[in-house]
Amino acid sequence: MIAIIDYGAGNLFSVQNALNYLEIPNIVTKNAEDLRKADKLILPGVGAFPDAMRMLSETGLIEVIKEEVQKKPLLGICLGMQMLFEKGYEFGETEGLGFIKGTVELMTPPGLVIPQIGWNKLEMNEDCKILEGLSDDSYVYFVHSYAAVCDSKNVAAYTDYGGKVPACVFSGNVYGCQFHPEKSGETGLRILKNFAEM
Amino acid sequence: MLAKRIIPCLDVRNGKVVKGVNFEGVKDVGDPVELAIQYNKQGADEIVFYDITASHEGRGVMLDVVRETAKQVFVPLCVGGGIATIEDFRDTLRAGADKVSINSQAVKNPKLISDAAEVFGSQCVVIGIDAKRNDKGGYSVFINGGRLDMNLDLGDWVKEIEERGAGEICLNSIDTDGVRGGFDIEMLNFVCSRVKIPVIASGGCGAINHFSEVFEQTASSAALAASLFHFGELTVGEVKEYLKGKNIAVRGV
Repeated sequence: MIAIIDYGAGNLFSVQNALNYLEIPNIVTKNAEDLRKADKLILPGVGAFPDAMRMLSETGLIEVIKEEVQKKPLLGICLGMQMLFEKGYEFGETEGLGFIKGTVELMTPPGLVIPQIGWNKLEMNEDCKILEGLSDDSYVYFVHSYAAVCDSKNVAAYTDYGGKVPACVFSGNVYGCQFHPEKSGETGLRILKNFAEM
Repeated sequence: MLAKRIIPCLDVRNGKVVKGVNFEGVKDVGDPVELAIQYNKQGADEIVFYDITASHEGRGVMLDVVRETAKQVFVPLCVGGGIATIEDFRDTLRAGADKVSINSQAVKNPKLISDAAEVFGSQCVVIGIDAKRNDKGGYSVFINGGRLDMNLDLGDWVKEIEERGAGEICLNSIDTDGVRGGFDIEMLNFVCSRVKIPVIASGGCGAINHFSEVFEQTASSAALAASLFHFGELTVGEVKEYLKGKNIAVRGV
């Protein structure tokens, strides 16, 4: 059972639709007990970093997530991925969950528009189970203005948007996708399946 | 670098996909959910549903179509037609759409663009434009399905759209729409040179080489087509293979 953490920040049902389609048991929940019982956790997110951290904190689930992540895999999606880092710099400085070393900062791609919206290619970096079985020509769907700034050893794949942008990150039990696997066609479904089968 | 997108557009009336030729002889071409699944398999990068039902009941039917499609198709879905308020945006996004497209309503009430961008984010606000050459050597914006001239200059309008925080522009040329002689390269260049946000080319595509033409000769981010795909003349996959052969970056199938 995968628990999709419901703290009021968007895209829950797209993620749930994708898991249902893959016949992966799941529950959308804000109940601490559900998080403890689940095999895996997904932290979705759409919106701004400070609001999302505040909403997550108001559910009282942060401590539970911090305990559970010692024992089971967690996947952060989009803003949910950004929240895995130590600090975010959207509208000032906000503390993140701190599961992966690094910060989240505004992208400044020369000559390109912010946000990055569209299909971009994954450029594989460190080997990581979550990207197993993907071809070298895999495109995924991005919608974001901020990006992680972190050590290359935590990056499973980059994408090129006026420079290298971390697209998929990991550290121990924690995984994160800057793109939306639930909107990335067969490639995205494969990534969700890889996560479910860990 | 972002891939160029190929977007099939489905006109939906009372829950059925229809295709009219110059607004006449509207034909039923099938079930929208089934067609969306088919296009998804062919490698469509996004699917647009355009609701041409102008009734309240029709809206409910449309939301059911979106809900059902979102359970089976995992690429971005864009929904347009009859959306006039922030509440309409919310209902459409909640049903599973990723983007909402507005056209006449944006012209009548430009504040809707900025309000929607602020509440839901720029990424889900797509502004559709129907434009036509005027006798002053420029282009004018039309509304109500291309029937009403608003005496609004296209250059001014696209600037305003961008300033108000829209995420994308879908530019339909009335001059080339339905003619199938190719996209309106001139009009697309006129708009692409004035805004930074992505421009989707629409209207006039009738053959496979029109897709490479629009990406080679304009900065358009995406190309939208309807009848070509509905009547099975081309598949999205064939278009992508063709573009790959021309060294244009597209997402593989």
